[in-house]
Amino acid sequence: MTSPRTEALAALHGAGRPAGGGEPASRRGHGRPPGAPRSRQWTAYAFLTPLVVYLIVFYTYPLYRNIELSVHDYTPRAFVQGDPEFTGLDNYLRIVSDDAFLRALRNTAVFTLGSIAAQYAIGLALAVFFHRTFRLSAVLRAMFLVPWLLPLIVSASTWSWMLNSDNGIVNSALGAFGVGQINWLTSPDTALLSVTIANIWLGVPFNLVILYAGLQNIPASLYEAAGLDGANAWQRLRRITLPLLRPVSAITLLLGLIYTLKVVDIIWIMTKGGPADASTTLAIWSYREAFGTGQPDFSPAAAVGNLLILIAFAAGLAHVRLQRREEHA
Amino acid sequence: MTGQRTWWRTVLGVVLVALMLFPVYWMFNVSLTRTGDMRADPPHWFPWNPTFEGYAAALTQQLPALATSVFIGLGTVAITLVVALPAGYSLARLRPRGARTIDFTLLVAQMIPGVVMAMGFYAIYIRLGMLNSIGGLIVADSTLAVPFAVLLFRSFMATIPGELMAAAQIDGAGTWRTFRSVILPLSRNSVITVSLFAFLWSWSDFIFASTLNRSSDVIPITLGIYRYIGNNTTEWNSIMATAVIASLPAAFLLVIAQRYIAAGVTAGAVKD
Repeated sequence: MTSPRTEALAALHGAGRPAGGGEPASRRGHGRPPGAPRSRQWTAYAFLTPLVVYLIVFYTYPLYRNIELSVHDYTPRAFVQGDPEFTGLDNYLRIVSDDAFLRALRNTAVFTLGSIAAQYAIGLALAVFFHRTFRLSAVLRAMFLVPWLLPLIVSASTWSWMLNSDNGIVNSALGAFGVGQINWLTSPDTALLSVTIANIWLGVPFNLVILYAGLQNIPASLYEAAGLDGANAWQRLRRITLPLLRPVSAITLLLGLIYTLKVVDIIWIMTKGGPADASTTLAIWSYREAFGTGQPDFSPAAAVGNLLILIAFAAGLAHVRLQRREEHA
Repeated sequence: MTGQRTWWRTVLGVVLVALMLFPVYWMFNVSLTRTGDMRADPPHWFPWNPTFEGYAAALTQQLPALATSVFIGLGTVAITLVVALPAGYSLARLRPRGARTIDFTLLVAQMIPGVVMAMGFYAIYIRLGMLNSIGGLIVADSTLAVPFAVLLFRSFMATIPGELMAAAQIDGAGTWRTFRSVILPLSRNSVITVSLFAFLWSWSDFIFASTLNRSSDVIPITLGIYRYIGNNTTEWNSIMATAVIASLPAAFLLVIAQRYIAAGVTAGAVKD
């Protein structure tokens, strides 16, 4: 899962990065047309070459292979021998018309939107709480990062054991309140909820970190002025915090969306997408088709994966447009 | 605010942390529980009769997997640094044309679902005979860290005062020499940050591990735990003990390296 961490830090950097080109390195030659002299360009490219080669070989080529998989009929035999039949968009049509597609789409929507909404709400509440300094606040805040840094297999198996029907601590604790046994992971009614809860837990630290950083950038004087005007805590949140936090909130939610769309590990380890597809998302569907059964079916799996990229990409574009409109407004 | 009594905030903060970290505590608790007590109803909230049999089992059975993961992690760090350091320098300082395209590519790269990358790598590796190889997994895992590393180095290196580089150039240092003798030493904190994260991500990776290294010869620790769960539904103390051991790098990162993480995270926020 790793990526939310990537994106968290990248986002922080993106947000605070000194604006692009105006670096002191070029001060000597003012009056020069934009861009460095030719020899410098070559040096710049030389330093970039490893990255460009890397991106082509290890991102573009796997991606190309994936698209190629999705427009052929790769049987396991053809996979090894490399003589698959070209089928055009057949795999995509088959996927979209499959009953499982709508269910997976719905599960993806519930899992993704439920996760990011709850993560954001909890993360924001915690960020506001920690925004005031108090004894041990820094230490306690640091401890909130622990779930973020644990390997997902560790978190997922711990949650599996906690939600275990017979001996799980969750059922045992609920039992103390008179709640009967809930088959968290083995009932179709609660499987999706269970993996969503675990995923929310995982995502809270990320939201806390980014939103906390966002709060730090809101001038304290605004709160002081509002305090003088007699604004209460709720009004300060509504009128100052939320509006000024909007750009940070937008990037947080977008990154959360992109990350959550592609979650495999948590769901796979906890429920394998079951029971009866109850927790099968698009990413899980793709993973299962390709690797989850003894009979790999790479072509439809690749088609589902590519649809997933399209959805993430559309979300990214929508975000960019929204931001641009906001800047012009 | 600070002058007022804020002890209730500390108390509330402790309660919130306790709630948040309960699963972590529970993992620890179960790892010390005796097999016989595992099915106790209600479960034991504290390890009254702690046993280390889980840790003994974990260490005897999972040591090779731990070693494999360490090796893969170090390899991932090496690739990531070799690719990302010069690129970060170039993007931050040398202003190549097409830098925006690279930026965009790096962002899109982070949007690609892991399962898609896994399928792509699988398709390539099966032809090259690189499945079930440590090298193959190192390469795949490095894709988790490279975009992040380039962006972080780029923003960090942009904050190094240009005067230092100008001085190096007046002293006759070429671009490479400047990079090696001025930029790299000054970038130490960001190098440490990137290395830690690259190591941690490859250490934690499950998707590539479960798709590209499936033979029993070389498996990383994440897959070791996963198989453990599949085979050993009764020995949760061993599973959780392995989980605790597998979490140690994260604990190390949080405790020892916090100031580097902070340095890395704030690097981007510092403006010239």
